Amino acid sequence: MAELTADRVERLKDADVFIYHGKIYIPASYTAGAVGSRFLIEMRDNKKIMGTRCVACDLVYVPARSVCKHCFAQLDKWVEVSDRGTLQTYTVAGQANGVQPVDPPIIYGVVLLDGASTGLVHMISGVDFEKLAVGMRVKAVFAEKRVGSILDIKYFAPL
Amino acid sequence: MTERVGIVAVAQTKYSPNRADANEGELVYEAVRQVLQETGLKFAQDGSGIDATVTCSQDFWDGRTISSCNVMSYVGHHHSDEDKVAEDSLNAVYTAFARILSGHQDVILVATHCKESQGDKRGIENAAMDPIFLRVLGLDFLSAAALQARRYMYKYGITPEQCARVVVKNRGNAKRNPLAQEPMEITVEDVLGSQVLASPIRQLDSKPTSDGACAMILAREGKAKKLARKPIWILGASNCYETNYLGDRDLAECDALVTAAKKAYKMAGIKDVMNQVNVAEISEEYSYQELLWMEGLGFCQRGEAGRLLDSGVTQMGGQLPVNPSGGMLAGNPTVVAGMARAAEAVLQLRGEAGEHQAEGAKKALVHGFTGACGQLQGVMILGN
Repeated sequence: MAELTADRVERLKDADVFIYHGKIYIPASYTAGAVGSRFLIEMRDNKKIMGTRCVACDLVYVPARSVCKHCFAQLDKWVEVSDRGTLQTYTVAGQANGVQPVDPPIIYGVVLLDGASTGLVHMISGVDFEKLAVGMRVKAVFAEKRVGSILDIKYFAPL
Repeated sequence: MTERVGIVAVAQTKYSPNRADANEGELVYEAVRQVLQETGLKFAQDGSGIDATVTCSQDFWDGRTISSCNVMSYVGHHHSDEDKVAEDSLNAVYTAFARILSGHQDVILVATHCKESQGDKRGIENAAMDPIFLRVLGLDFLSAAALQARRYMYKYGITPEQCARVVVKNRGNAKRNPLAQEPMEITVEDVLGSQVLASPIRQLDSKPTSDGACAMILAREGKAKKLARKPIWILGASNCYETNYLGDRDLAECDALVTAAKKAYKMAGIKDVMNQVNVAEISEEYSYQELLWMEGLGFCQRGEAGRLLDSGVTQMGGQLPVNPSGGMLAGNPTVVAGMARAAEAVLQLRGEAGEHQAEGAKKALVHGFTGACGQLQGVMILGN
């Protein structure tokens, strides 16, 4: 809900309206699919980051996916990409939004892993904010306990 | 030859941080009532009035599945032909335009609403992310926009000062727009001194929470000329979608917008947009977006939008005033923003924008987008 600003309090006072506070209960399951599942399993069991290659477009998609968005070919060629890469962009997100996996401030970044054609969106840690820079080299730090989630990579840290 | 499609009436509510005094239906009715009164039209299924209604709202913002049910008795859905478009409302105008061009319908009401005050903005945005690969990271459109802003500024040398000047211009323009929510007399220093939300984006680089609604009536040419003294013609329209996974894009680029613009310009016969369009209303939830979208729309070369802004071209009185209304930065709800831009462009082309009128506007560019980092981009060219 928006903050109760002076303007808003004034309006509420005048309007004398009823506000009903509700919540919707909607559990949902999300299927990773055959390709997404293998990507997550390789990360969980072997600490490997896998991509799928489109030979015709000469692209390696990470996270792996089943169809090339350019030529619509079905992708079945798996390649392991490096756990090291280059930071394409980053932000220090200071605002809590209720759904973050760790307390803010959180550094988010897009990492182009060596051998991949697409960037992996993840968190960056173990670096002072003022030392962050586009182009810096980073390396995946895997979680001790891995469960088959993108959070099996805890974060990327500077090399 | 197919008849043109005209916009015969537009209305917006005043944009407000919280309209707790009105539910969604009552809010949108404020705008709908004005366009019905202006045209004298009634809803009718025999071809004698409004043939159909196209609405735009978003289920998560309304907190219910099938959000159009929220407003049906206020927008003529009762025993009528209805269609709902989600995402940005400029696409609802595009849908109504296409319906009329099909020859199947002559007169359509388009109405949109959103009450951001009632929802959890960051939670709703997080829910729009891929659940397995992005949502669990806690990303929202703010942190995504910050990734895009950094990449754009890094790649093309856009400065925080130039982004801040967008805010100073648009919040300043809003002082002359009676419907604007948060006009401000501010300086570049004020913007650069405001709280960092997600670097490099600061509080004043972003728009305030907003409630509001907009309505307009579209008609085929023959009827439009009877319904309005100054019908405004839709000369070209298009949209285009980016890839969904944020890492797939170079976030400094906006290829979908480039494509949407090219298609809309082709339809409208625009070859040199800078010299053929006189005013632009561009959706900018964050300050960097006005600059990035200007480049995507082809008003200048890549990386040149900051200098274009600095030169004064996009100020009121410049060759191409951008966002005379104050834009989204002065306060428009998401969802409503694209249609608010179109309504403002209609006022400009009619010469009825009052204090914020741009001189002698003949053709206007309207832009809307939705999603993280501008995933769906819509462009429309209007003319009088």
